[in-house]
Amino acid sequence: MPLTLFEKVWNQHAVRRLPTGQTQLYIGLHLIHEVTSPQAFDMLRARGWTVRAPHRTFATVDHIVPTSSFIRPFADNLAEQMTSALERNCREFKIPLFDVESGRQGIVHVIGPELGLTRPGMTIACGDSHTSTHGAFGALAFGIGTSQVRDVLASQCLAMTPLKVRRIEVSGNLAPGVYAKDVILTIVRRLGIEGGVGYAYEYAGDTIGRMSMDERMTICNMSVEGGARVGYVNPDDTTVAYLQGRPFAPAGPAFETAAAHWRALASDQNARYDDVVRLSAAEVPPTVTWGTNPGQSVGVHERLPESADGDSLAFMGLQSNQPIAGTKIDVAFIGSCTNGRLSDLREAARVLKGRRVATGVRALVVPGSQAVRAAAESEGLDDVFRSAGFDWRGAGCSMCLAMNPDKLSGREVCASSSNRNFKGRQGSPTGRTLLMSPAMVAAAAVEGAVVDVRELLGAHQ
Amino acid sequence: MREARILRVSGRAVVLPGPDIDTDRIIPARFLKTVTFEGLEQHVFADDRRALGEAGQRHPFDRPESAGASILIVNQNFGCGSSREHAPQALYRWGIRAVVGESFADIFFSNALMLGLPCVSLSAPHIEALMTAVTQSPSSSVLVDVEQSRVAAATGVWPAVIPAHAKDALTSGHWDGAGLLLARYEEVDDVASRLPY
Repeated sequence: MPLTLFEKVWNQHAVRRLPTGQTQLYIGLHLIHEVTSPQAFDMLRARGWTVRAPHRTFATVDHIVPTSSFIRPFADNLAEQMTSALERNCREFKIPLFDVESGRQGIVHVIGPELGLTRPGMTIACGDSHTSTHGAFGALAFGIGTSQVRDVLASQCLAMTPLKVRRIEVSGNLAPGVYAKDVILTIVRRLGIEGGVGYAYEYAGDTIGRMSMDERMTICNMSVEGGARVGYVNPDDTTVAYLQGRPFAPAGPAFETAAAHWRALASDQNARYDDVVRLSAAEVPPTVTWGTNPGQSVGVHERLPESADGDSLAFMGLQSNQPIAGTKIDVAFIGSCTNGRLSDLREAARVLKGRRVATGVRALVVPGSQAVRAAAESEGLDDVFRSAGFDWRGAGCSMCLAMNPDKLSGREVCASSSNRNFKGRQGSPTGRTLLMSPAMVAAAAVEGAVVDVRELLGAHQ
Repeated sequence: MREARILRVSGRAVVLPGPDIDTDRIIPARFLKTVTFEGLEQHVFADDRRALGEAGQRHPFDRPESAGASILIVNQNFGCGSSREHAPQALYRWGIRAVVGESFADIFFSNALMLGLPCVSLSAPHIEALMTAVTQSPSSSVLVDVEQSRVAAATGVWPAVIPAHAKDALTSGHWDGAGLLLARYEEVDDVASRLPY
């Protein structure tokens, strides 16, 4: 019987049917960080349990790390306390920790793939909703809460209900200046932020097939913004090529064996889907959010909807039917697990080369990992950012959710390459977020307002 | 290992209208800077409550009639966004013991279940009727009957949807599933040993 990748991977990891009717699913890789794990370790100790598979568990520190100084103890006492707790827990249970001294620290969804920990056919869990990112490799990756982190630590398993699968086929060529970020914002806009509840999203079609792993990660990352806990792309040559030579990927003949297995996991030709949706890449514009959830977006040349939600408009200080282009910004943020990878920084730097950030705009770029930062520096991207007036920072989640010192203040408007524009998301209860691609953020930083990045790219040709 | 069986929850209710209330709003990220869940109830809806207070209004959680309420009534896609368990923890510690809504985000639903906090769904018109009933008579009790899949208030009884596994977990006392996952562990080892990685 033809099967989807979801079914193949699920079946391979299913242990048994639980009395509740759920499936006990084995988790092949557990990634942990400082925010959602300390309570889980305490629960474990309280019950006298231990970590079942420390060799399948990896830790890093990302959410609360400052990005301008890594000197310990951190100035923020609570951040220091959380980091120390993670270090203590990793020592006690023999879990490898990629800390700020390791050279491998970074956002958990950036380092998993770049270290080759994330591989096709795995089940992956992490106490973070953007775990869906890892699906770019053809893994089933679940964002979970802290009690479930405890379950995975204790049993290496989760109690799960199988998801339906919606195939989203994207075909045709993206226009220059249009990116993976615009594709996923358009998908979330079309299908709604609740449209994916109960589904895994399988992204397919020739547009996705031509995308790099970085781009596929951007797409899968924001599945959860569409309500889908899981998003994935079938493994192919691009996936295999990315993994070759990564520190934790198999090496030598074992790599070829693994690669053959990975390719065979792709959904079968005649697999049955619960739903199929098609999107033409040519119709995807550079996209910007105007509201307080990621589904509230428009193309950069569109006006806000006539029927735009009043509460969102009031919070944003915008009006229905007004153009989004020209909206003034105060802050520009490039980074996050959505768009903090090397190719994202390259695209932003391409826009910024020879230009300056507009007067009055505060701009920062936060690489997704120490490895991304080092690679960018070896290409001289840091010079481009600095010359343009951007702060060049250390790796972490930073202003995506502002658990570190990088925050908006008051009603500042931020052009952000991150994933959520919820009220208060970037650290100020009244701060406002406009989500867009990293290149669009760079363009907005230069212009001091939302602008079509193609106007700046065109000027260079 | 089994927890208490949760068959029915009853008590006064708080009405919190509006779609897509995300977990950043339920508990803003700055309150996640802690290594315990203790005290989170003090910060539930912190920013929304302050904003309304500054506008001279009262957030539903700040109204005198909400004190001691144990049932939360919401609209659609409640708990979307971040997977932070701090959100259901904050609600639970504030005193909420059941949430009735049009629909819930996946991760929020499963996090709430792990705490023994039932999330049950009513159709949109029924939620509207329930909200009206509670608004008109805030001191009367609402019953969330998990076992019988229904919600009752002074003015009516409405059919509720509770996914089969959640209903079973709550009514059997298996909602904290760790015990089940550790039973028959030889089967887990068997699956692990057959994985190609």
